[in-house]
Amino acid sequence: MRIALCIALLTAMAGAALATEISLDQRRSGYSFMSADTKAMQDEDTANPGMLFVLDGEALWKRKAGSADKACADCHSDARVSMKGVAAHYPAFEKTLGKPVDLEGRINLCRSNHQQASPFAYESRELLALTAYVAQQSRGVPIAAGDDPDLAPFVEKGHALFVQRQGQLNLACANCHDDNWDKKLAGSPITQGQPTGYPLYRLEWQALGSLQRRLRACITGIRAQAYDYGSPELVELELYLMTRARGMPVETPAVRP
Amino acid sequence: MANSEHTRRTFFGLTGGAAALVIVRPVDATPAMLSAAIRNVVGEANVRTGKVKLDIPPLVENGNTVPMTVSVTSPMTADEYVKSIHVFNEKNPQPNIGNFYLGPRAGRAQVSTRIRLADSQKVTAIARLSDDTFWSATADVVVTLAACTEEAI
Amino acid sequence: MPSALINVPKKAKRGDVIEIKTLMSHIMETGYRHTASGDVVPRDIITSFTCRFNGIEVFRADLYPAIAANPFITFFATVTESGKFEFEWIGDKGFSETASASITVE
Repeated sequence: MRIALCIALLTAMAGAALATEISLDQRRSGYSFMSADTKAMQDEDTANPGMLFVLDGEALWKRKAGSADKACADCHSDARVSMKGVAAHYPAFEKTLGKPVDLEGRINLCRSNHQQASPFAYESRELLALTAYVAQQSRGVPIAAGDDPDLAPFVEKGHALFVQRQGQLNLACANCHDDNWDKKLAGSPITQGQPTGYPLYRLEWQALGSLQRRLRACITGIRAQAYDYGSPELVELELYLMTRARGMPVETPAVRP
Repeated sequence: MANSEHTRRTFFGLTGGAAALVIVRPVDATPAMLSAAIRNVVGEANVRTGKVKLDIPPLVENGNTVPMTVSVTSPMTADEYVKSIHVFNEKNPQPNIGNFYLGPRAGRAQVSTRIRLADSQKVTAIARLSDDTFWSATADVVVTLAACTEEAI
Repeated sequence: MPSALINVPKKAKRGDVIEIKTLMSHIMETGYRHTASGDVVPRDIITSFTCRFNGIEVFRADLYPAIAANPFITFFATVTESGKFEFEWIGDKGFSETASASITVE
């Protein structure tokens, strides 16, 4: 019944032509679509379960790791100073790899290159916690990803993925999140898909999760084969979404239903 | 007759198969389980409606994390206070949600937490006062099904 | 070590009723879920939460699987003297954590 309803709605959407990007004054965080109760959960740090992960991340920041026996703090000292505003510029271009890396990827590169430690697994508590701790230092900072001219071709690839129809439902991200964000799907509002608060605490997950996890769930939702964690496609989508959200304040750790 | 016998066998065969699938989903608490859980707390005492306020959103965005506040009208003095608050649900696999033990030191008879509701259902809060009377409030909660959820584990 | 977040005012006046908020990191696995292969995921929950002030219990709770992950519990206490709130969470698989917060009463 739920699937039938989705298909009916989505088929209706599939007829509409793709609209252009949402203009800056129209951009709305997922926060603005939430109930007062869920907003309250994000608004107060001691009520926000995402802050538990930030606390874990703070402990990890100071913990020595790898054969270099170095902590993040040994190079970057106080994250509240050194990491302020950093997450607002991710994914960023990594010259040695010739491609963009997201914040999780950057942390794992630091682990391999500077701590001589094994990278954390995607969606592991450690990687989410450390990413949330770093991103929280940018809370309130306007998103400014994609400035680097080296990123241009990757932003374009991400945009192409965003508007490309795929899966058994033959839907592009843009069909919901550009063209129909003021409507509802079943009982839930369709949001603009602005990635302002990742990693974030979803009530559905009852845990913190990454933007890649959310994208994979979305792709599975349109009955397409999800890209693997860490794949270039997911990073390009993340990059495009962050450029699409330019100017919106970082909310990490956000809470979403 | 032979035909109907065959049909019956097929029927049982199918229900057997269906039952094997159904056990993957936990069964709901039965009304008997709910009343037994409440009897466990109140014994033979009469439970009256009133004094208790149960704040819970009538329509929730996700049943995995539902904010809930129970407050009880009480002066919370050494002579007259709330001893405990007990919260029950109708349709989760288990009828109990939580027991909260207060006392005159609590100052205010109010407790908040976040709960799980497997489906749209009634939630009941029962308070035991210092004179050992029981008071209750019940709320109906509609749990909406989100459109785009992840597959189960 | 799991994280906890405690919100207790640092200062209060004698006789004030203060609000205490607690958030404890825990999965609260219900014991009613199954893996794709059909195995039951064993129950792993916090079963008991206690708050004491200067050694005397002021609030206690029994928790069941219907309490959401990362249990959030808020309640009130009357403060009559300076001292220390101590919090204790006990659960399945030997889970046992404590936290504390001091308050100055003028």
